[in-house]
Amino acid sequence: MSAPESRAEGSAQGSAQGSAQGSIEGLLRELAPQVLGAVTRRSGDFAAAEDAVQQALIAAAERWPSDGVPEDPRAWLVRVASRRVIDHVRAEAARRRREELVVSLVPAEDQLALAAGEDDGSDDSLVLLFLCCHPVLSPASAIALTLRAVGGLTTAEIARGFLVPEATMAQRISRAKQSIKASGVPFELPAAAHWGERLVAVLHVLYLMFNEGYTSSGPALMRVDLSEEALRLVRMLHRLVPDDGEVMGLLALMRLTDARREARTGPAGELIPLDEQDRGRWDRAAIDEGVALVTAALSRGSVGAYQLQAAIAAVHDEAPSAEATDWPQILALYGLLLQRSDNPMVALNQAIATAMVRGPAAGLDRLDALARDARLAEHHRLDAVRGHLLERAGDREAAQRHYRRAAERTTSVPERDYLRMKAARLDGER
Amino acid sequence: MKYMLMMNTPGGGPYQIARWPQQDIQAHIAFMKDLAKALQASGELVAAEGLAGPDQAKRVRAGSDGKPITDGVFPEAKEFLAGYWIVDVDRPERAYEIAARASAAPGPGGKPLNLAIEVREVMSAPPRDLLE
Repeated sequence: MSAPESRAEGSAQGSAQGSAQGSIEGLLRELAPQVLGAVTRRSGDFAAAEDAVQQALIAAAERWPSDGVPEDPRAWLVRVASRRVIDHVRAEAARRRREELVVSLVPAEDQLALAAGEDDGSDDSLVLLFLCCHPVLSPASAIALTLRAVGGLTTAEIARGFLVPEATMAQRISRAKQSIKASGVPFELPAAAHWGERLVAVLHVLYLMFNEGYTSSGPALMRVDLSEEALRLVRMLHRLVPDDGEVMGLLALMRLTDARREARTGPAGELIPLDEQDRGRWDRAAIDEGVALVTAALSRGSVGAYQLQAAIAAVHDEAPSAEATDWPQILALYGLLLQRSDNPMVALNQAIATAMVRGPAAGLDRLDALARDARLAEHHRLDAVRGHLLERAGDREAAQRHYRRAAERTTSVPERDYLRMKAARLDGER
Repeated sequence: MKYMLMMNTPGGGPYQIARWPQQDIQAHIAFMKDLAKALQASGELVAAEGLAGPDQAKRVRAGSDGKPITDGVFPEAKEFLAGYWIVDVDRPERAYEIAARASAAPGPGGKPLNLAIEVREVMSAPPRDLLE
């Protein structure tokens, strides 16, 4: 399997030979969706192509650092992956039509790579993104499949990101591919009539991916990989669909949230809330980019939920201190956001903004109304916010009770530690 | 009567085809697909296989201990078997006709390659008196 490509193209470029391991990895991740798109288009079998591209990426990661990067790395990967698909086709030959592989001067193992399908080198990343974020998949499956097929991550890396065993993740990805196969979704961009709803699904998956990395339900507060990956994919999406305001909004939201990453955790990994963060550690370049994006998006007229969330994040990020935060503007933005979506978390945040503008009692009134929402009643964050507002209102005993309840309910270790610390601090001051 | 039609890759190395313009490679394969379909439709196709590139070929013989001794690759060889068809036809002329059609498969610029195709009869069971 290995001889032809190393002989045909293995002669590395002098300049490429010096490239570091990291840049090869970056190159592979960038090429992954393009190669998968090309191979899927040729073979007409997304599931087989996806497996084959994974194997080709692994082969490249093993060989390029020592053999050098091929002259045309994309073509190398397409060829190697196509061969794997042919192996797969052969294994299933009984179910395929005879003439799919024919006698010709093109060596059988190269027929898919050299012949079938139009390969104009076009970028199929967008088609793949729509496919992997298809509404037939559960969000968890869509995130996993997107990370592998579009992000070029290995199953092991994705499993680490989700803190599950590799076998579990392999199973999840395999089921996701079967669902796509069974649903018969074609490998093409959605029709204009469905474009909007399908894009919403894509953005939702990327948003959840980012949050999964950012809030984390495991021991480490931030799993950088998932957030960075979501950011990278949204950036790619923005490059492919530059005129969509919500794509800009989501990219802005992620940049503005990510800008606070360094300041969000203390030396021991403990959570530092927004109002106590050292704003000097915020990433100015990320904030500037996020603000520019959201400003551009909002000026386009149609205002969507991600743009509004980004606008809220921008108000926070632009405030020189917690005290100087423009809370009335944030409260107004949450109002607009609530008109758009009946999201209890948005309502919860609006209650905090209400407290900041009109005082803790007004915020607590809002919480009482929210507590009747079944989606929120048992959520730890309702208790955490109530504890916070009660503390501000001076009711230390009740605040402590709610902090403790929130600590019992959260599944995030750093968040639990933070809430316990808040409760304990009130103890000391009482 | 069954015939085996053997097509060889011409000299110039196994990957010379990779340097053809993409559209010529596609035309070549499309031509061969049409041939396969036509032979299937006429009921003449018995078997056909395209082979992997010769650079992956090994020459094998048994050593004194009966275990395989392999060598290869053979870049110096002039030509290699690229693939074969086995067809079941009424008369040898029909086998030659099919071979000529395959021989005229398009190459670079769509020009017929006029490859040499070796046609050999596939023998049926040996006469009864040889078996006894």
